[in-house]
Amino acid sequence: MSAPAPPDLRIITSRFDVEDGHTLAGYERTGGYAGLRRALEMVPADVHSEVRTASLLGRGGAGFPAGVKWGFCPPGVWPRYLVVNGDESEPGTYKDRLLMERDPHQLIEGCLIACYALGLSQCFLYVRGEMAHAQERLAAALNEAYEAGFVGRNVLGAPDFSVDITLHWGAGAYIVGEETALIESLEGNRGMPRLKPPYFPASIGLYGKPTIVNNVETLANLPWIVSNGGEAFAAMGADSSTGTRLFAVSGHVASPGVFEVPFGTTTFRDIIFDPRYAGGMRPGRTLKTFIPGGASAPWFFEEHLDLPLEKTTVDQAGSMLGSGAIVVMDDTTDVVKACHNVVRFFARESCGKCTPCREGTSWLEKILSRLLAGQGRPQDLDLLMDVCDNISPGINWPPRQTTICPLGPSAVSPIASALERFRGEFEAYLPAAAVTVTGVAS
Amino acid sequence: MARLNANSLGVAQEIIARYPVPRSALIPLLHLAQEQDGYVTEDAMAHIAELVGVTPAEVMGTCSFYEMLKREPVGEYMVNICNGISCHLLGSSDLIHHAEATLGVRPGGTTDDGKITLEAVECIAACTEAPCLQVNYRYRNRVTADDFDQLVSELRDDTAKVASHGQLARVRQHISDDRRAGVSPPDGQGEPAWLARNPSDNGDGS
Repeated sequence: MSAPAPPDLRIITSRFDVEDGHTLAGYERTGGYAGLRRALEMVPADVHSEVRTASLLGRGGAGFPAGVKWGFCPPGVWPRYLVVNGDESEPGTYKDRLLMERDPHQLIEGCLIACYALGLSQCFLYVRGEMAHAQERLAAALNEAYEAGFVGRNVLGAPDFSVDITLHWGAGAYIVGEETALIESLEGNRGMPRLKPPYFPASIGLYGKPTIVNNVETLANLPWIVSNGGEAFAAMGADSSTGTRLFAVSGHVASPGVFEVPFGTTTFRDIIFDPRYAGGMRPGRTLKTFIPGGASAPWFFEEHLDLPLEKTTVDQAGSMLGSGAIVVMDDTTDVVKACHNVVRFFARESCGKCTPCREGTSWLEKILSRLLAGQGRPQDLDLLMDVCDNISPGINWPPRQTTICPLGPSAVSPIASALERFRGEFEAYLPAAAVTVTGVAS
Repeated sequence: MARLNANSLGVAQEIIARYPVPRSALIPLLHLAQEQDGYVTEDAMAHIAELVGVTPAEVMGTCSFYEMLKREPVGEYMVNICNGISCHLLGSSDLIHHAEATLGVRPGGTTDDGKITLEAVECIAACTEAPCLQVNYRYRNRVTADDFDQLVSELRDDTAKVASHGQLARVRQHISDDRRAGVSPPDGQGEPAWLARNPSDNGDGS
């Protein structure tokens, strides 16, 4: 089993154990703002090159290379904006909140580096509404950073570099994590995703202007990348999944936790069973299934344990690392209830814009509810798959979609996974008379 | 029913000034109204509409989309029990049932004394600390039935030291005039000055 990254190799959690790491004094004492100073000694285009060399993959869910996404801004169109996606709410995901609460200056420094590299003239830091403590920590950090000259007019005394960071906060809506919905919300609207194309807000985003939307963890890596160089970052982890990544391991494990590990080389078996990480199953229990990358991801099983936490490998195996959320279920789990729980989430959080998602997710939830209530009908299991097929034709991975955004197809993942593997458990919920006819139902 | 008072109005104007387009301040202003009155009143929505230059119906449209914004009075304390998948696996349903029995209300309901509104909410990002809950958006981790009972008794005695409903961050962002870079309006701006540092023909930083 691979070892955890030694403390000196921790990139984004290096201050988690520093008591005052969230203050400017604690941050500067531990090397903070060195990346920004270094960046300002370089020309902006070279800072962008370092990030491209680092092959930093976006840490929000889709895993798109940040340096490439940055390159999608159309030339000559100004202003450009930076929007930070701190609306962490994918079930099982717990990392961005920690980064905002425990090391807010690291995020602020990352924002400033991105603004400098790309000519982004204002930054909006969108924090999930429910995260009161993170908002507090960021407000305090921003106030300190402004007064000390790190943010605002003439950053670090540079006569030509000025940028405001506006702290913004949401009010409770999972869909706002989708980047075009995030922009709608930031414009003061209902948080509904925009029609694609354009696929990237880098071309048309906030107020119709080029906008880079990056996840909190993605930006938190920038100070280290600029200080140490893109090549040093790319040397860590695997070929296409570089650096380190945060994974939250929750559910039925002995020691649930959030771990920073080398990206792409650590395996699921390591992170779930190694005593230095989640420490295995609870005593006397065995693994039944696990979600490898948040509620939207198809489920994995025993046979997937030796896959590395590497984007391409996991994609090819039929799921995704998503938002770094590993949810482990042991043999005591009622998979029908677990499946219902995840589907209910998507039904409740559907914004209602696209019919297949609005109607489909709530019908999936209703059908599972009546199954759990002992009122299932013999044809319900096939009906579930039929509704899934209407939301995501073919029920394949990566999913096709009949909707603007991936929320609808996300509700298909748990049903397709659980029904294929544990169909008997679903059938067991059918009323006794119904079980005898499942063979001929269609 | 109240419009924003003088104090809230001052804060509101400072918030609006941080955005290139005033409408962007809508959600923070709705939170401010909720902080003032415990929920978002119709008068406050009308006032916010005036402040950002939209109709009250547009404010209502935005307000009604977001779960945290309440348009009816709620209890002094919102107790939101997480029912996300990680909490579900570690007994959130039992905790919710216990809460229902203890408080005598279903999720969405408020106790007769007006103290506590119970909600069963989606994942609140404390998955390794399951089952968890929030009281007015402050976390309580790995909550047992006994912990819950203790919390309820503290809330009823007002000894829990939790800010009242509506108040989120107790620290606000403040940008002093001499440190402000200035907002970037979507129209009428050229290339930012610092990009002139790039070698020529590469002025867009790409």
